[in-house]
Amino acid sequence: MCAVRGLAKTYPAVRGRRGVPATPEVRATDDVRLDIRRGEIFGLLGPNGAGKTTLVRQLTGLMRPDRGSVEILGHDIVRHPERASRILAYLGQESTALDDLTVSLAAETTGRLRGLQSRQARAERDAVLDELGLTSLAGRPLRKLSGGQRRLACFAAALVGQRPFLVLDEPTSGMDPVARRAVWGAVDRRRAEHGTTVLLVTHNVIEAETVLDRVAVLDRGRVIACDTPTGLKEQVAGEVRVDLVWRESAPLHVPEVAALRDRAVESGRRWTLRLAPEEARTVVATVTGGSAFAALDDFTLTTPSLEDVYLALGGAARQGLVKA
Amino acid sequence: MSVVPAEVLPGSALAVEETVREAAELGPRARLWPALAAVYRAQLSRARVARIPLLFVATFQSIGIMILMRGVVDGGGEAQAVVAGSSVLVVAFVALNLLAQYFGQLRASGGLDHYATLPVPPAAVVLGAAGAYASFTVPGTVVTAVFGCVLFGLPFAHLWVLIAVIPLAGAALAGLGAALGLLAPRPELATLLGQLGMSAALLLGVLPADRMPEAVRFARDLLPSTYGVEAFARTFGPNPDWAFVLGDLAVCGVVGVVSLAVATWAYRRAAVR
Repeated sequence: MCAVRGLAKTYPAVRGRRGVPATPEVRATDDVRLDIRRGEIFGLLGPNGAGKTTLVRQLTGLMRPDRGSVEILGHDIVRHPERASRILAYLGQESTALDDLTVSLAAETTGRLRGLQSRQARAERDAVLDELGLTSLAGRPLRKLSGGQRRLACFAAALVGQRPFLVLDEPTSGMDPVARRAVWGAVDRRRAEHGTTVLLVTHNVIEAETVLDRVAVLDRGRVIACDTPTGLKEQVAGEVRVDLVWRESAPLHVPEVAALRDRAVESGRRWTLRLAPEEARTVVATVTGGSAFAALDDFTLTTPSLEDVYLALGGAARQGLVKA
Repeated sequence: MSVVPAEVLPGSALAVEETVREAAELGPRARLWPALAAVYRAQLSRARVARIPLLFVATFQSIGIMILMRGVVDGGGEAQAVVAGSSVLVVAFVALNLLAQYFGQLRASGGLDHYATLPVPPAAVVLGAAGAYASFTVPGTVVTAVFGCVLFGLPFAHLWVLIAVIPLAGAALAGLGAALGLLAPRPELATLLGQLGMSAALLLGVLPADRMPEAVRFARDLLPSTYGVEAFARTFGPNPDWAFVLGDLAVCGVVGVVSLAVATWAYRRAAVR
């Protein structure tokens, strides 16, 4: 349905000016290969600057790659970027084009610009606003809405005028749980009724695990893994994560604790360790008994998440993905 | 959260590898005029929400300038130039200055992506926005012209010529504003260029041309708003020479077509990088 082969884009180095430091050449996407199948929710996961947005801009015809091919539903998007707009709907991160419009007019205008007749655009607008629970906000300008509501209104605009492929760049950021449910409900209905395919860019690991059929992990412009969320997690099934939070500082006078220090990622009072289950049990036993316990504020033991997968795969950002 | 298992989806590919190699049917393309009408309507509603205070500023600025000039100019040809210049200044303020700012900001913030991922002709986006900003100048321009006629005792007989002056000067200045906004590499630069364009329209359009040095008069001839001012000023006379009025308006029209074409090209360039 969507096939990407050898896609590459390099941003040229920028010479520094006064007050602006020079930036070296950046490979935003580096030989990316992906196959997205019809009817699936496919995720792109990665830290800031991993190349997710560049990749999406190349898929939506907004940016020409230096090399490589993009084929969506049999159309060559690199050669005919203008066709992308007739195959897919794109929800970008910015709403500036719609900010001063009312929710209703934003949805209707977008439908008209997707080639709908005016009666059809109005009917679809009403249906989508109703579906997403936005009818009561229809007369309010987007600028006056909260961040989550504005995002939902932009999502509504993206849905007016059916497209077989939805490209959503962090669609649920800032949304409350009700709005999130409305988004995923609307996506599921379109999948069930029309076999709509979704490409989702996300930072949100928990959401990625629950909604995605398959996920590609991006790091410095390369796809470092691509599988179902469960399949990816199996790759690190041998590890569990132990988080230790100390009251003030770690009791380094306890030899067992001092020995762990090299393997822990420290952040303030928190130590994060990735250990084999057997080791983890020993560590927990050590810190919950004896003199170390007096210094312990809290501890958690968790099975691997997609974030751990990312770190285990050698992701560059050692602090992990942005929002856990 | 996903309640539909992938296996039951129509055409689910988790089980079956895709075999269809034929290109899918493309969605409809938005045609020029309906798309233009949709953009125009949306932009006009935007302008109503966000730009009304600025329209007041534009009108009061022009009225203030006329009151100031009242002490300097003693009727006759100079008064006609001041009234015509102040009226067209409202058009320059909104169509050139504000539109340049709008497109500059839209481009810098990634807002153009919204239009670029819709199957809409670039001309529809540029013309729709330019048309909306030009229409938005109508009340301010009319109020300024009427006030000027009262202030300087000029005849109202030919004020109807504004019906031609506003759209044509509007097209020329909005096209210029859109092109500046879309070509400026940074939004601050777009704002600066818009402001400079408006200042030029103010200084070169409102001040009577006879008192200007040769070089400045040449610059005045290069500015498209000048021809709108001239066309309008000529109609205040007892026997306006309509051939010259038409000639001036034709220059506005040609500049409008060229600048809107440049703006459309600039939009295309800015949208796909």
